[in-house]
Amino acid sequence: MKFNLKIWRQEGPELPGAFRDYTVDNIIPEMSFLEMLDALNEELIRKGEEPVAFDSDCREGICGTCGLVIDGMAHGPKLACTTCEVRMRVFEDGCTITVEPFRAKAFPVIKDLVVDRSAFDRIIGKGGYVSENTGSAPDGNAIPVPKDIAEKAMDSAACIGCGACVAACPNASASLFVSAKISQFALLPQGHAERKSRAQKMVGQMDAEGFGNCSNHAECEAACPKGISIENIARMRAEYMRSLR
Amino acid sequence: MSTKLLQSTIGRKVLAAISGLALVGFVVVHLAGNLTLLLPDGGAAFNAYAHKLASLGPLLWVARAGLLVFFVTHVLLAIGVRLDEKRARPDKYAVTASKGGPSKQTWSSRSMLVTGVVILLFVPLHVWMFTLNQGTPHATVEVHGEQVKDVYLAVVTAFKNPVKAWAYVAVMVILGFHLRHGFWSAFQSLGMLSPKCTPAIYTAGVVFAALMAVGFLILPLYMLYFGPDPETLRAVVSGP
Repeated sequence: MKFNLKIWRQEGPELPGAFRDYTVDNIIPEMSFLEMLDALNEELIRKGEEPVAFDSDCREGICGTCGLVIDGMAHGPKLACTTCEVRMRVFEDGCTITVEPFRAKAFPVIKDLVVDRSAFDRIIGKGGYVSENTGSAPDGNAIPVPKDIAEKAMDSAACIGCGACVAACPNASASLFVSAKISQFALLPQGHAERKSRAQKMVGQMDAEGFGNCSNHAECEAACPKGISIENIARMRAEYMRSLR
Repeated sequence: MSTKLLQSTIGRKVLAAISGLALVGFVVVHLAGNLTLLLPDGGAAFNAYAHKLASLGPLLWVARAGLLVFFVTHVLLAIGVRLDEKRARPDKYAVTASKGGPSKQTWSSRSMLVTGVVILLFVPLHVWMFTLNQGTPHATVEVHGEQVKDVYLAVVTAFKNPVKAWAYVAVMVILGFHLRHGFWSAFQSLGMLSPKCTPAIYTAGVVFAALMAVGFLILPLYMLYFGPDPETLRAVVSGP
């Protein structure tokens, strides 16, 4: 397969960037989007040009490191899919594909398609954990948790922190990420002791990082590679209002 | 608590939802009153309704003040969300697209500010025209043996003008689009939704928005094409 690519190139933070056109040929349909970019980079290196910088790690959809905006959609056109899991067969042979970095003030571009998502780490640092004394592991059934609640908490905990929700949100809001991280604890008894301070501090940090407000477009849920529901955002709001009491 | 509400993005969403739902309540009551315009009684029921409202005295002013507070709050919060949006993504995407699936991104949801501004401009004009009775005939009429302001005549006269009637229709369609996203969104903002009830509330929002828009826009169209002639209206009513 052959593709025309419009890729955002930016040498560094604060430097002006621009799209550059590339053409890749002999792409196997089973190749992932990142393997296609690898092929492009090998070609660029051969020609002595600067390869395109992009993030990736596990390349099996579980680490949350990769993330590109492909034709205006975070992680490309497929639902519940990370960029590394997008196969080239979903694109039409010979088409033009626009590739941009995740764009948000809170996610500054480091280089080309790589953005700094440490804002998420700072939000987690404010309360995305349960304070526990270290020691031997507690008995698995010491605290009973109903099956359906456990499942819901697990669904929230499926968030891999890739930032696609922010990238896809028309307002660049981090509501889906923060709400999933608040929900996974709010649903479980272990998380209840610190639920008020957690909601206050994590939401406070989310706002301080400069993410936008949520307009309930639910585009984040569509972009989320783990299909995390906006039910979490509703729960985060309820948790936050409860924390004010 | 109130400062925290205004300072956090979540608090502002909750306030926008509460003020929005209060305005939704007003719209429902307003439409219920207006539908008396369709009764073939020469405006007796509508004038009686208008007179009843006017005779509430101080209570009416409390209601008006409350509405104004909700309206202004809703507008200011909406402007705030838009400013957040501009600040949060200074560099725009070259290409944007919705991924579909569970996304509820529609023209409605993307145009809340535009449709909101249209409503914001419409409301003072509407108050000027019918509440302050400007550019519409001043007259009184007898209802249940009492001389009251003839609001019915003002409405009939105003909507015999096709430009005014069709402008009202256009604004009501826009109100419908605003409510289409606004109705379900308010419940989501209040943290009340779950996957079980979201589809039901979302559908209810679409139906509600359509009902409100159609309910309101029927009135100017009815007056324009089937309404009584304002010139002969009162002669007919007071005739034998």
